[in-house]
Amino acid sequence: MMPLGFTRLDFYYLLPELIVTAGAVALLGGDVLLARGRHRLLTWVGLAFLGAAAVALAFISGREGTVAQGMYSVDGFAVFFKLLFLVAAALTILMSHRYLDVEGARPGEYYFLVLCATLGMMVMAAGVDLVTLFIGLETMAVSFYILVGYIKPSRRSNEASIKYFLLGTFSLGLLLYGMSLLYGLTGSTELRTIATTLAGGRGGPLLALAVMLLVAGMGFKIAAVPFHAWAPDVYEGAPTPITAFISVGSKAASFAMLLRIFFEGLPAFRMDGLGTIFGQPLGWTYFFYVLSIVSMTLGNLAALTQNNLKRMLAYSSIAHAGYLLIGIVAATPRGVMAALVYLMVYTFMQLGAFAIVVLMRRQDVIGDELKDLSGLSVRQPAAAVAMLIFMLSLGGIPPTAGFMGKFSLFAAAIESGYVGLAIIGVLNSAISLYYYVRVVVYMWVRREEAAAPPVVMSRALALVLIVAVAGTLVLGVYPRALFDLAQASASTLGRADQALGLLR
Amino acid sequence: MTYHLLSIVLFTPLAGALVLLFVPRAQVDAIRWIANAFALAGFVVSLPLWNFDVQAAQWHFVEKAEWIPSIGATYYLGVDGFSILLILLTTLMGFISVLSSWEAITDRVKEYYIVLLVLQTGMLGAFMSLDFLLFFLFWEVMLVPMYFVIGIWGGGRRLYSAIKFFLYTLVGSVVMLLGILALYFYNHTVTGVYTFDVTQFQQLAVPFNIQRWVFLAFFLGFAIKVPMFPFHTWLPDAHTDAPTAGSVILAAVLLKMGTYGFIRFSLPILPEASHYFVPLIVWLSVIGIVYGALVALAQTDWKRLVAYSSVSHMGMVMLGMFALTPVALTGSIVQQLNHGISTGALFLIVGIVYERRHTREISDYGGLSKVMPVFAVVFLIMTLSSIGLPALNGFIGELLILAGVFVVNKLWAAVAASGIVLGAAYMLWLYQRTMFGTVDKPENAKLTDLNLREFATFAPLIALAVWIGIYPAPLLRRLDTSVARVITRVNSVYGPALAKSNCTTPTAPAITRPPAPTPGAPSLDLTGFAACADEAAPKKPGGK
Repeated sequence: MMPLGFTRLDFYYLLPELIVTAGAVALLGGDVLLARGRHRLLTWVGLAFLGAAAVALAFISGREGTVAQGMYSVDGFAVFFKLLFLVAAALTILMSHRYLDVEGARPGEYYFLVLCATLGMMVMAAGVDLVTLFIGLETMAVSFYILVGYIKPSRRSNEASIKYFLLGTFSLGLLLYGMSLLYGLTGSTELRTIATTLAGGRGGPLLALAVMLLVAGMGFKIAAVPFHAWAPDVYEGAPTPITAFISVGSKAASFAMLLRIFFEGLPAFRMDGLGTIFGQPLGWTYFFYVLSIVSMTLGNLAALTQNNLKRMLAYSSIAHAGYLLIGIVAATPRGVMAALVYLMVYTFMQLGAFAIVVLMRRQDVIGDELKDLSGLSVRQPAAAVAMLIFMLSLGGIPPTAGFMGKFSLFAAAIESGYVGLAIIGVLNSAISLYYYVRVVVYMWVRREEAAAPPVVMSRALALVLIVAVAGTLVLGVYPRALFDLAQASASTLGRADQALGLLR
Repeated sequence: MTYHLLSIVLFTPLAGALVLLFVPRAQVDAIRWIANAFALAGFVVSLPLWNFDVQAAQWHFVEKAEWIPSIGATYYLGVDGFSILLILLTTLMGFISVLSSWEAITDRVKEYYIVLLVLQTGMLGAFMSLDFLLFFLFWEVMLVPMYFVIGIWGGGRRLYSAIKFFLYTLVGSVVMLLGILALYFYNHTVTGVYTFDVTQFQQLAVPFNIQRWVFLAFFLGFAIKVPMFPFHTWLPDAHTDAPTAGSVILAAVLLKMGTYGFIRFSLPILPEASHYFVPLIVWLSVIGIVYGALVALAQTDWKRLVAYSSVSHMGMVMLGMFALTPVALTGSIVQQLNHGISTGALFLIVGIVYERRHTREISDYGGLSKVMPVFAVVFLIMTLSSIGLPALNGFIGELLILAGVFVVNKLWAAVAASGIVLGAAYMLWLYQRTMFGTVDKPENAKLTDLNLREFATFAPLIALAVWIGIYPAPLLRRLDTSVARVITRVNSVYGPALAKSNCTTPTAPAITRPPAPTPGAPSLDLTGFAACADEAAPKKPGGK
């Protein structure tokens, strides 16, 4: 029996998380201490801490093992996701810089909560123990409940916050039930122990119930149909940068957690062991297979009729959860790699698209309706070109990164023999092009609003767009580095069983 | 220089687009000059491709570099006689369409030329790629610029037509992507190597049940692009509503993507499935020939008529291809070039009068030959070329196709020939209604004839039409090894025969064939017509 607690070396491996925590505290302090006029400084404070965390992350990359008594892993998989979260958080903060001015909201607590959410995500990606994972998820979720309702005078924002809170708590309950069943079956909360204990063949209906509850709980978090009902309202009501952060960060973190739970904790029940359905052995990939198909199809069909940009992007993000699940269903190293590639690619294109929505928010204009984009190609050509690139990328048209992401997902499906799933996937991406192209039509072809005052772009937002466009194009034309990184990261999933501390 | 020739040809238009990005949009004339200069440069740099080693069977001007090693995708360019001719057609038609837009496009000039030049790079890349993923990338890159060309600078129901074009082609190509992936993984299970190398795929012996599905996946992608009969409905809309340059590019080059795909990928990679699906494709082609011609007869819109004639002509191309004889395949390729030249020119012709009168109704014209004599001559030459009059290019292609098809199935040839008759009917009737008669509309009396720039767009096409019609030997010689490569791979009847026959004798008579055999003597031995030009050409199927 090992002694409880942390070793000193553990802190070294937790440095990125600690820096983010310190940043959050510093922001909260700054909010109180700084004079009212200087609050804009906090943007750069937050960014500085995120940058420092990224540097710290570079030091621990390449290591493999667990710290904190095997509750927390340090591996390529975690590093990949942490990098993704830091990028997403940084872009979110940059996006919020002017947005908060326009909304008249205080930046201090807002940035504090963004960093807290980031911290939660990082824990979700690295935890290899059900309790750790749950604490990470809860940290993220609570931060988001508040952030969604951050625009106090806005009724939409308040309504979204309540909805998100109620449904989110409900889903957490489901997840906890699933987790407690797993604990009851195995006597452990460590994913690796769960895996080895269950590999002995103890499954049965209770395990099937646990898996179903876990799937439902995670399904809420990744906004997969039929657990998606909260997404459109929350996306529409939340402050736009937060919508962006939820759709990218929260989704990626939930996928990380999902991968951890199912690939590290329940690898033996991939294809069978949970009973039978229609005479076929039932494994957890079956659930994700169904979720994937209905999410893709319903998400895309619902998005077709949306006239509000944020709602459209909400439904499209539901569809993207469906595409991502293809990688989970494939349940191969290539599938995991494809999901990682897609999540990284998705970060850039989705954040970029929301940055355009932020851009359209001006003093008197909410700017999230499709028709607000009319004639953008004349009013702000650079933004229109950027939006074009994001829309094409979301639709999966080369030479944008979205194509490389979809390509790797469909490749994974075909390799694993899920040809039907791949066909449904490609047909869905063809459908989705219809509504993505609609955005382009508004920007280029409709010119009713061309006479409206030009859209002014702040420097912070310009930076976000440059980063997002560069990410979307570079990863689309020359994705070599991303593929290599994702491959290396995916291969570490479930491999780290050596403790990195001095104790073992 | 020569080593990176393909990359230079490929990226010259893109470089032009990048330069244009930094030109202020108010300087419209500067934008036009720069775009034309780059388009012309793109054509000029592609000319050295013409002088490749005709005898050699391997790929020419090959370039290979790492791209995404973790999945085995490479930046792999290479061409043979077939793709070289299509590349030259592309660079020429690209320049012509840029030149033809000088006065036609006045709105968003900068964006227009950027989009056109990007499209050019996409098309060239598709013809050059020997890596399947790279090919697919370029294939999809073409979609968006073309969507914009139709949707922004088009007329009529341009948005409807643009999205129809976009979604049709997209559905086809994403399904094709799955076919590519199936091959990719099959190749891995056989060889243990992950690669998208097309030359490697062309040597695979894929089991028939896989071949069949992959063929259908490819078929959907390529047949929509061609377009073959039931998938053609996007074409008349897209053509009618596109601006002139868009129609020219669409007809001359984009449609060739489909036929190129069949010849480069479907036939050599999936030979058994190609045989299996011959009846399906032949009958769809034959229906397309006759149906396209009949619908063209009924059109009252000048541009729509030409669009439907495209359906008919492309049916002819597909028929020649899937006769799977060397002669017919050669004819099919020649006819692809011819179609690019004559239909491209016909769309330019519609554009000329549309710019002046802003109507495409045939009944709004009449007697134009009196007010626009030079124009009338150009139109006549192109009409005759489209019909297939001897001494012009269309004749060579149609003759080779019919001769090649005839030896396989006389019924197919007979139905196809009736399409040619109908073709003569709708084209000559169109000519009569628009050019002859009296000038009964006062608007038509004031029309000006072609100016120098407009004539310059036609001059190279007329020269090519006459040259191919009278002396096609240089063209045919350049196709020998490509055709032999495909036929030996796809056709077990001709493959061994070709390998044995003329190749052993270095003085093969194939190269000195008569340019225009008399149509009255189809009984001469045509089966060995496009026999391999040297010993290296024929390979046993599946081996190297």
